[in-house]
Amino acid sequence: MSFSLVKRWCETPLLRRVLQFKTYRRKILNYNMTYTLLRHRWMKRLPVLSSSFKMISTQTDKDAVDLSKFPADRIRNFCIIAHIDHGKSTLADRLLEMTGAIAKTEKNKQVLDKLQVERERGITVKAQTASLFYNHEGQQYLLNLIDTPGHVDFSYEVSRSISACQGVLLIVDANQGIQAQTVANFYLAFEAQLAIIPVINKIDLKNADPERVESQIEKVFDIPREECIRISAKLGTNVENVLQAVVDRIPPPEASIDDPFKALVFDSNFDHYRGVVANIAVFGGRVKKGDRIVSAYLGKTYEVNELGLLRPDEHSTGKLFAGQVGYIVAGMKDVKEAQIGDTLYLQEQPVEALPGFKPAKAMVFAGMYPMDQSEYQGLRSAIEKLTLNDSSVTVQRDSSLALGAGWRLGFLGLLHMEVFNQRLEQEYNASVIVTAPTVPYKAVLSSAKLIKEHGSKEITIVNPAQFPDRTVVSEYLEPMVLGTILAPDSYTGKIMSLCLNRRAVQKNMLYIDDQRVMMKYLFPLNEVVVDFYDLLKSLSSGYASFDYENAGYQAADLIKMDILLNGRPVEELITIVHRDRAYSSGKAMCERLKDSIPRQMFEIAVQAAIGSKVIARETIKAYKKNVLAKCYGGDITRKMKLLKKQAEGKKKMRLIGSVEVPKDAFINVLKRKQK
Amino acid sequence: MMSLRAARRALSPGVRRFSDTSGGEIVEDVSERTGCAQLTTQASLYVHWPYCLRRCSYCNFNKYISRDNNDHMMTECLQKETETLLQLSQVSCVTSVFFGGGTPSLAHPSTVAAVLETVSGQASLSEKAEVTLEVNPTPVGMSKLEDFCRAGVNRFSIGVQSLQDDDLKILGRDHSSRQALQTIEEARRLCPGRVSVDVMFGRPKQSVESWENELSKLLRVCDDHMSLYQLTLERGTQLFKQVQGGEVTVPAEDVTAEMYQCARRTLHQHGFLQYEVSNFAKHKAVSHHNMSYWKGRQYIGVGPGAHGRFVLPGEGGVAREARTQTLEPDVWMREVQQRGHGTRRRIQLNHLELLEEVLVMGMRMTEGINHKHWELFSPQLSLREVFGRSTDVQELLQSGRLILDDRGLRCSWDGLALLDSMLPALLVELERQISQRLQRDHHTDGQTKKTSNPR
Repeated sequence: MSFSLVKRWCETPLLRRVLQFKTYRRKILNYNMTYTLLRHRWMKRLPVLSSSFKMISTQTDKDAVDLSKFPADRIRNFCIIAHIDHGKSTLADRLLEMTGAIAKTEKNKQVLDKLQVERERGITVKAQTASLFYNHEGQQYLLNLIDTPGHVDFSYEVSRSISACQGVLLIVDANQGIQAQTVANFYLAFEAQLAIIPVINKIDLKNADPERVESQIEKVFDIPREECIRISAKLGTNVENVLQAVVDRIPPPEASIDDPFKALVFDSNFDHYRGVVANIAVFGGRVKKGDRIVSAYLGKTYEVNELGLLRPDEHSTGKLFAGQVGYIVAGMKDVKEAQIGDTLYLQEQPVEALPGFKPAKAMVFAGMYPMDQSEYQGLRSAIEKLTLNDSSVTVQRDSSLALGAGWRLGFLGLLHMEVFNQRLEQEYNASVIVTAPTVPYKAVLSSAKLIKEHGSKEITIVNPAQFPDRTVVSEYLEPMVLGTILAPDSYTGKIMSLCLNRRAVQKNMLYIDDQRVMMKYLFPLNEVVVDFYDLLKSLSSGYASFDYENAGYQAADLIKMDILLNGRPVEELITIVHRDRAYSSGKAMCERLKDSIPRQMFEIAVQAAIGSKVIARETIKAYKKNVLAKCYGGDITRKMKLLKKQAEGKKKMRLIGSVEVPKDAFINVLKRKQK
Repeated sequence: MMSLRAARRALSPGVRRFSDTSGGEIVEDVSERTGCAQLTTQASLYVHWPYCLRRCSYCNFNKYISRDNNDHMMTECLQKETETLLQLSQVSCVTSVFFGGGTPSLAHPSTVAAVLETVSGQASLSEKAEVTLEVNPTPVGMSKLEDFCRAGVNRFSIGVQSLQDDDLKILGRDHSSRQALQTIEEARRLCPGRVSVDVMFGRPKQSVESWENELSKLLRVCDDHMSLYQLTLERGTQLFKQVQGGEVTVPAEDVTAEMYQCARRTLHQHGFLQYEVSNFAKHKAVSHHNMSYWKGRQYIGVGPGAHGRFVLPGEGGVAREARTQTLEPDVWMREVQQRGHGTRRRIQLNHLELLEEVLVMGMRMTEGINHKHWELFSPQLSLREVFGRSTDVQELLQSGRLILDDRGLRCSWDGLALLDSMLPALLVELERQISQRLQRDHHTDGQTKKTSNPR
């Protein structure tokens, strides 16, 4: 049933989705009711002993962990979801401290965020898992915290994590209230039918207004305000209540130790010494060191070398039981052997494979080239290493006449791309040219010959140079996204006109309280991919938040635009644009080229053209005089230095006809603008 | 007393040592005729006087506004460094001397006399050798011209810059147009046919028309030599800041290009032949000193911040060195006192680097680089061998901007104004050919010794 619900949600036209809000409301209520029942049952059985919390749970002797003591009903698998900076990782730190997983020190800041980029940007990129031991009303529980990325760009990671969970903590900043990603994350959890515990964080802040946030939560998510837990993760206030709620409100995993062993691979890492380290959720039975297990996807058999819990560091236990979450090392040498979404089972007890995951679809593409071709090999190995741990990035070799050999990489979204780029630079010290992002267009072919050639009627165009001609196409399609914008209502007018400029169609508008508005727009992805977010932030003085989810494809009037230098097309500057945007983007490109191509001895016409029709033009005037006035004995050294530099530069020029174009000019035109 | 010593120098040529052959006077093509040997036995000498009375708004040159009078020490140090460097270079003949600055006309004429005397003590300096002094056309400067002549100066280069008094103020000059005209007159009286006038165009608010008027005025008063420089905005100057800040506007590139072409035409009509990008002469009154830079000959630079290009056989050197003296006058003087010279930087030029300089400097002359001139520096690869095959060069030849014929390689009239756009292509080709040649030599005959490359 849950599956069909999700599916229906996705297929329902957007307008109806909005109208159907009411229907879902009923469903949520139902769900909450079940919940309440559960909680009552627990409460009756186990009286709350809040005073004992401080003593709790530290399993000091690591080797003494006997996981068989934790049947499924004493396990809770949960994750934390939040908008950026709402305090997800800080709460995770407190939970780890309180359960003794890590020592309580001042230094514990975002312990689960291991990557430099995560700490710098205050975001989580890669889901981390930590198992916590928690004593509640005399019983010891195993709480598996899966720290998920906050941004929807990483929703692939989020949904993988969610599949191993039964409940989520939905964190909302008591000051900022619900933000765009709060909404997006809520729906991910909601669609997966998880128990949702709203947590209002940062109540210690001066401007905290938890009551307002509670009513927002009630209004937008239909969760009764009484269910919200007000905390300060920073100070530790009420965090105990969160642990309690995890036990009380989140159902245990439905898994029986008596079933045959069956586990879902929900994440994997690569270790140079041991090979693949897979994160698994055990859905049934048990597994131990030395067992021979089979990958359902490949049919290959492996021997379990090592397994255990993540606390958050690896902690070998020798066994894992139904309902538990942990890591496993089984001699998989290639990261491709640990397919995320794969099912593992014992060699002698085959089981039906779990549904797994749909592979993430790259929605934003960008070219990556080494700054210097001599760095190609180094950059290649850096990209390979990074993609080992981020299988959602698609990699295609590409080459540009101007920028040399490189790759065309596909990302789930913009932030994903930025983070990848930053990791490349920070972790692998690679300097790269990243071209302006493009989106995958589609064309529906009308020519029978072409259809036969491609093997399908619909083709995806990633490289603009391969854009099929109008004459062989019945229609072009562009990817759409449903954008959610939350902002104070004083900015509504400006935001609406920005969206209108971006060819967006408003789908919904809702006051989530008396000052804040939630707007939903259907955007062409291409329109939000480059600078939309920056503009939105600046026109709202930073108060607006934005997020989007993919919303399929729509027919669009797309055309191929050429850039000509003295009449010769420049292959690497071909762009696919919407007809309405052709003039403005053609003009912008011509202007950028004019500014970055040095004057030459002849005049250069820089033109943007559609077919044979020129739609924009800039002229680079010829030099009439270019010679140093004074050049005597004392001037030679300086003069030679300058000329040698020009001569070196000349060797690297790309020749379009007789026009010399420096690499910098291409970089200036193709590169994403620096913020 | 000083003038007495100066007079002695001027009157007693016996003090000077004459070289056996050419006597030091620069005759056209002398080194081409007499060959490669003279490349290292001759040199011109540049002497830098670093002080100015005030800072011109456009100038970023190495100059200092002196507070205390240490002219005497400066003179001694210039002499000392001249002596040291001439010894190291072992040149037998100094072909010309140029006193530049700064404002060398602020120096006492005895300084000039003293330096020239030092030169004569170390090498032969012909009586006819060109000795130029840069002059600021102020009344004080003018009053000393006669003494400078007695000290041995036989050519004046006068920094007129403009005949518009308003412009002179903007440029920060300390003279008026009237003073300039008087100075020219006096200089012509003393050294007829050997006076040059420096003028600047592309000045703030200048129009093509006003420039034409100014030129015709100048043509009525000038001697046989003119240097026309386009004002270049140098970073760090007051004028640069003013232009950046929008206080002052300078003519657009198209306008200055027209000013240049118009000046070339006008001067030509008046019998002035252009012999270099910025230099024009009547009656063959070219600056021999500057010609020797453009012809790639040796020169020795003396004084704070001066540059030189010469071989140092005295130190066992065989390749030409690029030498730069210490910039700051006080530091430079201390160094000269301590070790005889204030050379701060020495870079050995390899064969390619030498040819690059020969090319870049040579192409500035309207006569360009003739085959003999090139062969002197590159006996193994002729001009045609280096440039004849390149498609880039072919395009330049076809466009009519560059000429490669039986005389040699040179710019056409139109091409000269665009020289800096052509040089990169020529340099790329030169480097390619030289490195290919080196590889070929390595491959074919490692044992056969090539004739040693000129320095």
